[in-house]
Amino acid sequence: MTTTNTPSAITGEESTLWTARLRRRFFGGLPPERLLPDSQPAYVASWIYVFGVLTIAALIIIIISGVALTFEGPLWWHESDVGHFVNSVHFWSVQLFFFSMAIHLWGKFWMAAWRGGRSKTWMTGVLAFLASIGTGFTGYLVQTNFDSQWIASEAKDGLNSVGIGAWFNVLDVGQALLLHVAALPLIVGAITIVHVLQVRRRGVVPPMGFEPSEEAGS
Amino acid sequence: MTKRSRTIIQWQGETRSYDIVKEFVVALAVVSILVLALSALFSSPDEPSLTIKSWANDAPSDFVLAAATELDGSSPSASYGPPYVAIPGSGQKVGPINLQAAAGVRTPVDSAKAFVLDPLLAMPYPTPVLTQALKEWKGANSVQRSEWSTSYIEALGAAPEGNPAKVAAGEYGPVPELTNSLLTMAKSGSLDGVVALGSQFYQTDYTHTLLFMGDGTYLEEAAVAQNLGGDQSGMMNETGSYPGQAWLWLYTFWYQIPPFSNEETTIGANADAVVWTIMMFLSLILLLLPFIPGLRSIPRWIPVHRLIWRQWYRDNPRPAK
Repeated sequence: MTTTNTPSAITGEESTLWTARLRRRFFGGLPPERLLPDSQPAYVASWIYVFGVLTIAALIIIIISGVALTFEGPLWWHESDVGHFVNSVHFWSVQLFFFSMAIHLWGKFWMAAWRGGRSKTWMTGVLAFLASIGTGFTGYLVQTNFDSQWIASEAKDGLNSVGIGAWFNVLDVGQALLLHVAALPLIVGAITIVHVLQVRRRGVVPPMGFEPSEEAGS
Repeated sequence: MTKRSRTIIQWQGETRSYDIVKEFVVALAVVSILVLALSALFSSPDEPSLTIKSWANDAPSDFVLAAATELDGSSPSASYGPPYVAIPGSGQKVGPINLQAAAGVRTPVDSAKAFVLDPLLAMPYPTPVLTQALKEWKGANSVQRSEWSTSYIEALGAAPEGNPAKVAAGEYGPVPELTNSLLTMAKSGSLDGVVALGSQFYQTDYTHTLLFMGDGTYLEEAAVAQNLGGDQSGMMNETGSYPGQAWLWLYTFWYQIPPFSNEETTIGANADAVVWTIMMFLSLILLLLPFIPGLRSIPRWIPVHRLIWRQWYRDNPRPAK
C-alpha cells in the first residue's frame, strides 16, 4: 500500500518534521523582501550606516588576499615583489577592517542598537569583534619575520599567565598558521553571517523615542 | 524562549528607497581602491628575523652569558614555571587563583639540555677539549655544576663589557669551554637548526629557539630600539611607521600605568594574569551590555544619537502618537 504525503507548505499544516521546523524558523523571520530589501526606514540616513558594509567589504578583500597568500606558502612574500604586494593588500585591508569595525561598533553603541529585541545582533557583533582580534593576532604571529618573533615572545607571557598558553603555544608558528588560515576565519565568517542575518531579520534600530510601542523600554 | 521574544516588530513608518546591493558593490569598490592605493604607497613592514647566528656574531658576550645561565638554571626559560618547567609555587596569580600552575607543564623544556648540551653533543667533529669538557660536566653532581656555572656568571658580570675573553681566572670547571664551543657553533649558523629541529625532519615549532633567544638581551634590545618594548606600548606597535595592532590599545594601556607597570608590587608581579582578567571581564561587559542596567542607558544620557539621526529629529520633532 502506498501513501501520498502532501507537503505541509501546501497544506498549511504545521509539520513537526525537523526540516519543516528549520524552514519555518529561517524563512519565517527572513522572507526574501527582508533578506534583500529595496527600501529602508526613512531614518536610515547617516554616514554611520556605511561603516558596517565597509567592514564586510574589507573582510572580503582580507579573505581574497589571504587565500592568494596560502597558494604560495608563508615565506613567499619575503622573496617575491608580487608576494609582498599581496601581503600589503592583506595588511591594509585588515587595518581598514578594524578601523571600519571600530566606528561601526561605537556608532551602534551610541544608537543603543540593542533596543527592540536586537540584543543578539549586538552580541554577535561583539563576538565578531573579539574573534577578529584573535585572527589579527595570529596573523601577526605567522608573518615569519622580526615582528612575529617579538610579538610571540611577549604574548606568550600573557597567554601562559592564565593557562591558555598550555594549549595555544604562540611560539609554535605551525599552530598559529593553521588557526589563522582555517579555524579562525571560519569562526569570524560564520559569526559575521549570523550577525548580518540578525540585522536583516530584526531591521535597523529606530531613533530613540520613535520605537514601536512593543519595543519601548527595551 | 517565549513567543514574545520571537516577535519581530517591523518599522511601520515612513520608508525610503535603499539599494543595499548597490551599496555593497560601491563599498567593495571603494575599499578595493583604497587598499590597493595604500599597498602601492606604503607597502607593509617586513623586518628580517633575528637568528641565533646573528645573536652570536652581534652580541657574543650576551650569548655566552645566556648559555651560562642555562647551565646554572637561572635563565628566564629555566626558571619560567608552567607550561615549560615544573617549579612549585611558580605561576602568576589573581588573588588565590593560579591558572598558570593549574594548566600544568604541557610543553616541557630542559633549557640546559636543549639549548647547550644536546647541540654540543650533536657536533660532528668535537675537539678533544670539548669532549673532555662534556665528560667532566656529565660526571659532576648538580651542586658542583651549579658552583661552576654560578661562579662563571659572576665572573662574566665583573669582566669588562662582560667579555668572556677578559674573565678573571677562577674555578669554573668546564663551563667556559662549553659556552665558548657553543658560541663557535652559533657563529657558524649551525646552532639555529639544531636548537629548532632537534632530531626531527619537519619543524614548525620555534619554542626552543625563541625561548633561548629570549634568555639573552639581544632580542629585547632590538625590539626596544624599534619602540616595541612592553613599556613602550609594544604589544600594539610594529616595526617601522606602521599602525600595528591599534585595536589592542586598551590591553596595552594597562601595562603602561602603575601598579601594573611596577613589578615590585603584587599586582605588578602578576600583571599579565591581572590584565588578562580585566580584559576578559571588560569583554564580557561589552558582550552583555544590552542587559546591564545603567550602562545600557548611557546612550540615552549622552545624546550622541541626536547627532547620528539629526535629520530625522529635525524632520520629526516629536514621535507620532
